[in-house]
Amino acid sequence: MQGRSCGLCGQTRFAEARLVAAPKTRRHVSGRNSRCITRAAASGPKLMWEALREAVDEEMEKDPTVCVMGEDVGHYGGSYKVTYDLYKKYGDLRLLDTPICENGFMGMGIGAAMTGLRPIVEGMNMGFLLLAYNQISNNAGMLHYTSGGQFKVPIVVRGPGGVGRQLGAEHSQRLESYFQSIPGVQLVACSTVANAKALLKSAIRSDNPIIFFEHVLLYNVKGETNDNYYQDLERAEVVRQGKDVTILCYSRMRYVVLQAVQELEKQGIDPEVIDLISLKPFDMHTISASVKKTRRVIIVEECMKTGGIGASLSAQINEALFDDLDHQVVRLSSQDVPTAYAYELEAATIVQPEQVVEAAQKIVQKQMAYA
Amino acid sequence: MHGRALANALRRATSSRAESSAPVLNRLWSRNQQTQAASDDSSLLEVDVVPYSTHRIDSPGTTVNTTKAELQQFFETMYRMRRMEIAADMMYKAKYIRGFCHLYDGQEAVLVGMEAALTFKDSIITSYRDHCTHLGRGGSVLEVMAELMGKANGATKGLGGSMHMYKVENHFYGGCGIVGAQVPLGAGLGFAHKYRKDGSVAITMYGDGAANQGQIFEAFNMAALWDLPVLFVCENNHYGMGTADYRGAKSAKYFTRGDYMPGIKIDGMDALAVKNGVAYAKEYAVANGPIILEMDTYRYHGHSMSDPGSTYRTRDEISSMRQLRDPIERIRSLLLNNELLDTAELKKIEKAIKKEVDSAVEEAKAGPLPKEEMLWKNIYKDTLGMHMRGRDSKTKIKLT
Repeated sequence: MQGRSCGLCGQTRFAEARLVAAPKTRRHVSGRNSRCITRAAASGPKLMWEALREAVDEEMEKDPTVCVMGEDVGHYGGSYKVTYDLYKKYGDLRLLDTPICENGFMGMGIGAAMTGLRPIVEGMNMGFLLLAYNQISNNAGMLHYTSGGQFKVPIVVRGPGGVGRQLGAEHSQRLESYFQSIPGVQLVACSTVANAKALLKSAIRSDNPIIFFEHVLLYNVKGETNDNYYQDLERAEVVRQGKDVTILCYSRMRYVVLQAVQELEKQGIDPEVIDLISLKPFDMHTISASVKKTRRVIIVEECMKTGGIGASLSAQINEALFDDLDHQVVRLSSQDVPTAYAYELEAATIVQPEQVVEAAQKIVQKQMAYA
Repeated sequence: MHGRALANALRRATSSRAESSAPVLNRLWSRNQQTQAASDDSSLLEVDVVPYSTHRIDSPGTTVNTTKAELQQFFETMYRMRRMEIAADMMYKAKYIRGFCHLYDGQEAVLVGMEAALTFKDSIITSYRDHCTHLGRGGSVLEVMAELMGKANGATKGLGGSMHMYKVENHFYGGCGIVGAQVPLGAGLGFAHKYRKDGSVAITMYGDGAANQGQIFEAFNMAALWDLPVLFVCENNHYGMGTADYRGAKSAKYFTRGDYMPGIKIDGMDALAVKNGVAYAKEYAVANGPIILEMDTYRYHGHSMSDPGSTYRTRDEISSMRQLRDPIERIRSLLLNNELLDTAELKKIEKAIKKEVDSAVEEAKAGPLPKEEMLWKNIYKDTLGMHMRGRDSKTKIKLT
């Protein structure tokens, strides 16, 4: 009988199917990389991709049902290094290099999740997951409901989105809002090194299907993490307390807003900055407490003007907090255009700190004019 | 369509009929070597089935062992499935069942033969034509009928409907509404079996219409690449809704469409051929990796209740299938010709099953409607104390 080589370990096999076990024996092969793997989460500043990697590593070590699948998550080291060298520790089956077939491997991850495994499915870019949209919507989001509660889908769909540096229209999509209407999914956007690790750990532990948005430009942000810390996926973060205006933002826009805040402080304006973190469901508890205090809201998002996350949030704030508002909800979002390649046009597509400063000035000065 | 497809269908029908018309009793012996009356339940019966077509794999043998007990169980289960689908037809026309209703009558042998070769530890996922799959996986007629009527005691508490029946404890991962979307899920079930090294297989069922979906080839590739224990079962009933198989596919030899993956074409109207083929395939898959099984079968009803089923095929074709290849009649002939059961006993069985189905229908009709709070249940596994907004955006509903 002709032997066939196994697609995972390369060995020639005749009859028995062989699992490629996590090569424990490889640990003794020393070198900088393997020391990095076995070292426990160290203190000291680290890059966001390292923090995300720690989250994946820690959860995979704790729970053998956690596994990763996606393009180039294994031998290549992860296109943004989030799974760098983890295959050496956990083996090829738990760090599964998939072929380029988003619809197929998303479905596969969801099927595996239905049996009780906890797959982390990586989209190399969240934009590619449009190919997998049917699986995410019907089979991840809705399955717990349509099965009368029989099946849960504890899957994490993660990857970078947002506008990068001249990556072109198809690789600069900001499509968080495309997923927000799907019943049954949670949407989370991380922004700092600390919350990236803590949120990803929680997302992996969660029994709900989580769509976890990272950002292409944030992987090399430096910061500290908290050891063994799980952050609530559904809570917003109050980044800066203030009284003049509530600025709601998420992901990279947090940094854009904070840059604007530096300028606003010089002008004597005292904004309260809240990082949404949870894009679905919104943390209306934290948001309404802030709105009741400041009575003015600016939403700053990278998502599209039409139908973006901000559009939903704006409607919800209007409906729930109309009587607590002194000004219409101001919404700064990306232009409804494909992201151009040219640097200046790309910059003009998304919200810049100048727009935030201008909006805050206007909203506060209007108030002062009536005072 | 009519001429060529009809000729093909009749050719298939008559070739299989030639094998099964004569009493296919080759050898009959009892376990303790005494010549006993053929009505002994455990006596082995050898039955010849039509040859399998194969692709990159040796054929299974064409002599299948069975027993009276097994044949009787086949008959009962298939007859129950048939009566249930006919009842669903009547209830749909009487407007107790609404929406989409895809009936399985004619295809019963596929499920019954398959389950005979599997255990409930193996996983199954299928398409929207899943009422009988639910039965095969240990569900009851009441669960199916109540679900079709949208009652709270249905298979998925009235929330899923015809296309979404599930039974988690028996590893039935459901029907699926979107054509072909279940196939990558099935690859995931196979992945999980391999991950857990539990020696079971995943059966992923899809139709000839779905067989042209890109995601199926994505699933083929991944399953073959990683040697996942998956049986890709293509139920070829020759029509993707209203489009004949050869009108939708450049190659309608679905068992070869896996290219590098082996495949077997099985007479899907013969429960014994199916049992034999699936057992062979399961052994192969556990040891080697995925395999395609094309079940040559036929549905008597149209695609769904809104399809009369006669605008794209002739009534002659349908009735000749019933006469020459009906799966229940085949088993009935085997039982009668081998004197395992007589006409009166079979009539008794049929009567009991008709009664069972009828009373399940009545019980389903009288079943409770889902409570309003079910609207908000099971949206999330972990509800996080979330509040949802009502239609007016003002009403707040706390998720429990």
